[in-house]
Amino acid sequence: MRAEKSPPAIELRRVTKRFTTDSGAPYTALRDLDLTVDEGEFCAVVGPTGCGKSTTLTLVSGLERPSAGSVAVHGRPVDGITPGVGFMFQTDAILPWKSVVDNVSAGPRFRGVPKKEALESARDWIRRVGLAGFEDRFPHQLSGGMRKRVALAQNLINEPRVILMDEPFSALDVQTRAKMSDELLALWDLTRPAVVFVTHDLEEAIALADTVVVLTAGPAATIKARFRVDLPRPRVVQEIRFDPRFLDIYHQIWDALRTEVDIAYSQSTRLDDDRRAS
Amino acid sequence: MTAQEAQVEVTAVESAHRRAARRHRVLVHLTQLAVLVVVLGGWQLTVQDNPRSVILYGVPSGILGRLTTWVTEGTAIGSLGDQIATTLEEALIGFAIGTALGIVCGVALGRVRFLSEVFGPFIKVLNAIPRIVLGAVFVLAFGLGIESKILLVIVLVFFGVFFNAFQGTREVDRNFIANAGILGASRWQVTSQVVLPSAFTWIIASLHVSFGFALIGAIVGEFLGATSGLGVLIKQAEGTFDANGVWAAMVIMAVVALAAEWLITRLENRLLRWRPAQLAGPDL
Ligand SMILES: Nc1ncnc2c1ncn2[C@@H]1O[C@H](COP(=O)(O)OP(=O)(O)OP(=O)(O)O)[C@@H](O)[C@H]1O
Ligand SMILES: [Mg+2]
Repeated sequence: MRAEKSPPAIELRRVTKRFTTDSGAPYTALRDLDLTVDEGEFCAVVGPTGCGKSTTLTLVSGLERPSAGSVAVHGRPVDGITPGVGFMFQTDAILPWKSVVDNVSAGPRFRGVPKKEALESARDWIRRVGLAGFEDRFPHQLSGGMRKRVALAQNLINEPRVILMDEPFSALDVQTRAKMSDELLALWDLTRPAVVFVTHDLEEAIALADTVVVLTAGPAATIKARFRVDLPRPRVVQEIRFDPRFLDIYHQIWDALRTEVDIAYSQSTRLDDDRRAS
Repeated sequence: MTAQEAQVEVTAVESAHRRAARRHRVLVHLTQLAVLVVVLGGWQLTVQDNPRSVILYGVPSGILGRLTTWVTEGTAIGSLGDQIATTLEEALIGFAIGTALGIVCGVALGRVRFLSEVFGPFIKVLNAIPRIVLGAVFVLAFGLGIESKILLVIVLVFFGVFFNAFQGTREVDRNFIANAGILGASRWQVTSQVVLPSAFTWIIASLHVSFGFALIGAIVGEFLGATSGLGVLIKQAEGTFDANGVWAAMVIMAVVALAAEWLITRLENRLLRWRPAQLAGPDL
């Protein structure tokens, strides 16, 4: 008899997600999507805009339910917000009325950790994401990159076994982005949670991830292809781009992604034409 | 240019800016003073030589005289301090209770769909009533004491605060709620640490207007029947054709309202410390 394999960190099986639009017509964002992320795996998700990447993350986090199919985290079906999951949202979601240290300590405080202990560990994490000295600032007094760091610390302090990241660095300039990617990899290496990292940037996806998943253009998006990135770790994001194997993988994935981007683009321009015609 | 020279240059520019700003402020204040002098002086000059007008419209010097006698000798219904204290007590107690009720009900209905579905229509109907009329009912039912005025104030304050708290609760960024939930907040923690602080921007905006309503409620309640308070003072002055007395009472109320406004603004700045500074522009 074989030893029973421990369940994957995330498992979506034949997941369909329909939304009711304002006009009342249903819109199928995802259809029959299968996705498995193993424990400790860093999985990047790329796909044309509006295909359903953010939607996939909200399904895993339990903020939304699938219309059909099943979602499980660590083998447990998701019903309601999944404990032990961190989520960095596409838009800023740190609380503007809490200072940096109060934002970062919010998670432990919510879960009843004594204040002193929570603040102590918050200071630790603030230092680890490079924000020492900014503990008492309010979010509006920080730069966009610093706010992302706060969001990162706010999630990591809960020591989640699964982290969902929705284009966390897309609003940052190229240099800051590369630096934060390196820091993210270093932090990830400490505890090796499973990560689903949504991005528009294929280079970023390959530089960070173990696997890159390409979604098809919406509506009714699903997984188009899945690629393994067997570049050695630890990686330096700025430099790995020059690795010949990196370029090789890039070309493979880009071939798959390009057709979907083209489809999405022609759809959006066709919609514009329709609108102009009517 | 060395760093030090640059520093000196910056401070020179800064102090020039500061001097200009100070000159600007002085100019504004002087103009305000001139406006006051023209309005009050014009009033005084047009009215003072005509005894009929003095009685009908009042006159600034007479108002000042009335205020002085009230302060030094007291009013016909007791010391001035007592009248102010009565009206303030009614307004403040009613304001506090009305605000608290408004916030609790507004947030509860904003958060719990079932409650808003059940109570929404009732609140709309109640809001449609001209509530000031309830003052007469309260005086009949609860007598000439402060209770009837407090009730009227509560009713007047409640709705403004309620609707703002409700709207503020509904407008909370869904992302903040989702994020707090992910971080492990319970429903109650989401309400107290996400919804309330966010809705406070709306709630505090309603407090400025509501305190005005509180004063109106107290005064109108006193008009309708009371033994002491600024409203009684006004009614009495009116009954004895003492326009100066009416104006004098109004001056006192204006001072009270301004003091309250100042306190509410302080509270606002404290509670909303986290907001970016307001955009530059004319401020009232
Ligand atoms: N609440 C909703 N109601 C109706 N339609 C929705 C809703 N949320 C998402 N959609 C639709 O579902 C599709 C997928 O949205 P989603 O936000 O997941 O895209 P995305 O891949 O994250 O896009 P982007 O890369 O631009 O962030 C979009 O077409 C969007 O219009
Ligand atoms: Mg998205």
